[in-house]
Parts: sequence; C-alpha cells; structure tokens
Amino acid sequence: MISPWLPVLIPLLAACVLGFIPSHRIAAAVNLAASALTFLIALGLRPHDTGLWLAPDRLGIHFTWLTSFIALCAAWMSGPYIAVEIQAERLTPARARLYHALFQAFVAFLLIGLLADNTGLTWIAIEAATLSSVVVVGITGTPKAVEASWRFFIICGVGIALALFGTIVLYLAASQPLGEGFPAMSWRRMATSAAQCNALILNLAFVFLLLGYGTKAALSPLHTWMPGAHAEGPTPVSAVLSGSLLNVAICVILRTRKILAANPGVIAPNNILLALGLLSVLLASISLWRRSDTKRFFAFSTIEQSGLAVFAFGIGAPLAGLLHLTLHTMAKASLYQCLGHAAQRKGGQSFADIQGLIASDRPLGLSLAASIIAVAALPPFGLIVSLFMILSATAATQPWLALPLLIGIATAAAALIHRLQTLCLGPATPNQIGKLAPLNLVPILTPLLLTIIIGLIMPAPVAAWFRDLAAEVSP
Amino acid sequence: MTDFGQLNYDMAHLLEGVALLFSFVLLYQRRVEAVINTYTAQAVTVAAACFWQSHVQHSLDLFATGVVTLAVKAIGFPIALHRIAGQLHPHRETNFGVFPSLGLGLFLTCLALLVVMPIPAGAALTRETLAMSLSVLLLGLAIMTTRSSALSQTIGFLSVENGLALAAIGVPGMPIVVELSVAFLVLIAFIIFGIFFFRIREQFESLELHHLDRITEAPE
Repeated sequence: MISPWLPVLIPLLAACVLGFIPSHRIAAAVNLAASALTFLIALGLRPHDTGLWLAPDRLGIHFTWLTSFIALCAAWMSGPYIAVEIQAERLTPARARLYHALFQAFVAFLLIGLLADNTGLTWIAIEAATLSSVVVVGITGTPKAVEASWRFFIICGVGIALALFGTIVLYLAASQPLGEGFPAMSWRRMATSAAQCNALILNLAFVFLLLGYGTKAALSPLHTWMPGAHAEGPTPVSAVLSGSLLNVAICVILRTRKILAANPGVIAPNNILLALGLLSVLLASISLWRRSDTKRFFAFSTIEQSGLAVFAFGIGAPLAGLLHLTLHTMAKASLYQCLGHAAQRKGGQSFADIQGLIASDRPLGLSLAASIIAVAALPPFGLIVSLFMILSATAATQPWLALPLLIGIATAAAALIHRLQTLCLGPATPNQIGKLAPLNLVPILTPLLLTIIIGLIMPAPVAAWFRDLAAEVSP
Repeated sequence: MTDFGQLNYDMAHLLEGVALLFSFVLLYQRRVEAVINTYTAQAVTVAAACFWQSHVQHSLDLFATGVVTLAVKAIGFPIALHRIAGQLHPHRETNFGVFPSLGLGLFLTCLALLVVMPIPAGAALTRETLAMSLSVLLLGLAIMTTRSSALSQTIGFLSVENGLALAAIGVPGMPIVVELSVAFLVLIAFIIFGIFFFRIREQFESLELHHLDRITEAPE
C-alpha cells in the first residue's frame, strides 16, 4: 500500500525544483514527468482510516485519480502552449518559470485537500490552492488579467473566511461528543458521532461551510469570480480550475452533508443543495446566450454542470452526481485544451476570432467539435448517461422540478450547439501560426475516449467502484 | 469553564466587546489614517484576548498565537498599510454616513445574536464568544462591501480575520495548527494584496475599485 503522502510530496518537490529551472522547455518536460509520476503513484492509493492528517477515503481517492489525470493532460498541453506564449511575448521566461512552479504547487494543495482527514488541513489546502491559482490567473500581468485575479481573490477571500468560521463552529459542535483535540477535527470521526452533536451549532457550521466552499464550487450566486478567472488565466490552468478546484469544494460539501444527515435535529441539507443547484443551472444557461468570449462562455457552462451535479446530490442521486462530475471534468479538460490551441492559432479568444476551425485545422477542429458535443451531454459521450440518471431520479422523487431543470439543460445545450456551428463549421478565419502537432492531440482525445468507456460502456469494476463511492457518500 | 460574574468570563467578553466596538468605528470612519489606527487597536485587543485565553486555558499554543498576532497584525501590517496610504495620498472616501453605517452594524450584531443565542448555554460554554466573533466577522464583511477603495476593503478583510481569530481562540482546546496557519496564510494573503496594490496603481492610477468594473463583459 502506498502512503498518501507520496502523491502529495511529488508535486510539492517538483514545484520547488521548477522554481529554479530557467529553460521553459526543460521545465515543461519536468512538469510533465512529475505529473505523470504523481498520477501513476496515485493509482496505487487504497482507502485506509489510520493517519492523523491524511487518511484517504474512497471519495478522496476517486477525485485524486481524476485530479492527477487532468493535471497530467494539462501539463502535457502546457509545454507547447507556453512555448507559443513566450514566442508571442505575452509571457516572459521568468513568468513562465513561475507558472510551472505554481502549477505543481496548485496540484499538490488540491491533492492535500482531497486526501486530508482533518477539517483544518482541508481548509489550509484549499486556501493555499486558491492563493496559487490567483497568482497564476494574473500571471500575464495585463490589466484585464490583474482585474480578473483581483476579483477572484476578493470573492474567494471572503469565501475562505466564511469557510474557516464554519470549520471552527464545526469543531465546537464535534468537541462535545468527541472531546477536545484532533478527533473532533476528523471528517470520519465526526460522521459517526454527529448524532450526539448539538443540532443548532451544526446548522450554523453547515451554513458557513456551504457559503464558503460554495464560492469555490462556483454555485450561484457565488460564481462571479469564475468566468473572469477562466478567461484571463492561462488555458491549461482553466482546464484544471474548471474541474478540480470545483471538485475539491464539492467533496467538502458532501462530507459536511454526510455529517449533517447523521443528526435528525438539523435542517435538511439536501433541500438547500437542490435549490442552489437548480439556481446555478438556470442562471448559467441563460447567461450562456449573452457571451462573446469563448473561455468565458465555457466557464458558464462549467457553472451549469457543477450546479447540475449539486442538484443530483440534493435530489438523492449521489451515483448520478458523482458520475456527472467525473465525466464533465474529463470532457471540459479536452474542451479547454482545444480552445487554448485554437485561440493561439487564431490570435484571439472571442467568437469573432475563432471561426471555421475544421476548415483551417481539421484534427483540432474535429476534436473541439467532439468535446463540445460531449459537454452538451449528447451521444456518443458518457454524460448522456449521468444526465438521464439525474432526470429520471428527479421525475421519480420531485416531478415538478423536472420541468425547470429540463428547460435549463435544453437552453444550455442549444447555446453550446449554436456556438459549435460558428466555432468549427463555415469559412475559416486566418491562422497566425501553423497547425497543431498530432502528438498534442493525445491529452485531448484520451479523456474523451474515457468518457465513452466510463459512461456508456461502463465495465463491471467501474460500475462497482461508483456504487461503493455512492454508498460511502450517502448518509 | 466559567460563568457570568467570574473574572475569566467577564474579562474574555470585555475584550471581545472592545474588539466589536472597534469594528463599529471602522464601519463609519472615513479618514484612511484613522481607519488604519482603529484596525491596529482592534488587532491589539485580539492579541490581548489571546493572552488572556492562554492564561485561562493554561495553553502555550495560545500564547504563541498571541505573540504572532501582536507582531504581525498589530505591528507589521499597520506599518505597511501606513506606507501604502502615504504613497497613494488617498482622499477621504465616501461611505453610507455615520448613522446609516451604525444602523447597519447594529442590525448585523442583532442578527448574530439571534443566530447564536438559541444554542443552550450548557451545550456551548462559548456561545457568547461565538456571537461576538460572528458580529465582528459580519461587520468586516459590511466594511468590505460599503467601501469603494481597495485599501479600505483590505482593512475590512483584515477585520474579518480578527473576528475569526476571536472565534478560534475562544473555542477551548482547538489545536494550534489552525491559528498559526491562519496567521501565516494571512501574511501570504497580505503580500499578495500588496503586489496587487502596486500593479493596480501602475495601471489604473487609483485604488478605486469601480475602475475595475471594465472586467464585466458587455453584452453582445
């Protein structure tokens, strides 16, 4: 069995090393190697419940695999992406060095957040991940990038403060049955003894944790930092941000929900999740129609999908929610990679700049079209399965909610297909640099292929894993 | 631990009350220098609360937290803030005005009390502490939202952090990690804030945040 510290220490160490490598080509190679190593080692993780700080459960391990896989894809993309940015003088070599170091630090903190069995450590990890991503978003130093990261920082700073207050109150609630000290900060221990906690204190803790980490999960109305951060940050980071920071926050919300659900006297957390999820879906799907910037557009799509997953947890369909989060993270990672390469080739990231991609760069254009279809939850990609599961669970338990949900999903899918037509089809806008090397299609196509395998084909071990996961998450 | 009328209890709540009072001052004060001085006074109060709790709980960890609070928040931050304020020549800024601001503060304090007070006293010895620190936190958020300059918003954020510190030290036996890392991370946060100040100043010649509103994308 592998110590949970190992997959955390590799990116931390890599971050330190990358801070001293001046050549961006060598740095990109080291970044890729470190990410691959982290992913391979993370595959050896197994659940165990001993350990004061890190004690991975299935939920944590699942998202560690996912996060390190997405980070591997994004690191693969970073090499060619950063090279073009330096050539175009949008990034100085010194800033590229900072970028590589922060990329690994960001991944390390995300993994700590997922594997920690200590509420304080979880909070510290998410705080540190936020700080490193704030710097990465503003790394180009252009006024717009600075604005975006300032807004990101202010909103998430407030979120982090609220989450810490929630953490303190949660400790206060748990310290009655569990006694003072470390046991009262363990997610696992709290879930088992939540019934003896004071319900009012638990309520207070839940409200603050939901508001705090909900900011990170980009739930409406706390999502306003996300579109700017996605639009202005380097695209490989958008790919990681879009899935992973969000997933970590949702993991924490799920753990809190489990604690609350074990106590009969508290407010029903599911109804709140339901309402926030539905609000996110509806707001984001309407906002999608008003965007002119591609990366901002797909950030709103992420908000919609995140809302959909939270809605699924609220409705009592954790299996569908977890499957949806997983598949969406993969599809979005492919999409952002295509978009980043396309924006570099067309010299701009608005819908006016990127048009007719299939005509100018056939493999890249087709990949982009495929990933948009995947994100819109259309066949043959796996998201159709999780979407169908969410809809049927809604129809079975809360039929009157199925209508607004369906309207939201259809509105968003229509917006995605509308944009697919202008982005990929029709006459092409001129290319500024050459076509994408075929090797760089590997990290784009692999996640897409995986969404088909996991979602549509779903081999027996995968299905069993997801069932166990859902059982662990549900109270 | 203790009850009303005992020194431990009274002293702790006196210090928390003083910190809350400074939050009210922060809410309506308009001159930037005075805002920084008030923040300093609040940080000193929080440090004092820290030392008092370390005495009551016989905790060396809390003593260390107090030292960190005093050094970083009551001495380090104010020096840096005064320096930034001196460089920027900020003017008096507008806010709600004294009475509406105090009314808002009173409303938020009542809200905090209403939320926390139903907790039975036996279940949580620290419920008054929780109410006070929640009030300081909410008032800090109010400062962040009613002020227009980035400098005042920063001070609002730091005051939110003071509320968190009060909560963390008031909860008995909370492991040290959290307090120390809070202090440490706020330090990092502050440095980043500082970087932002300078970048923002280079590029917008003003700290007023509404200059940043261009980021909101215009509809097509």
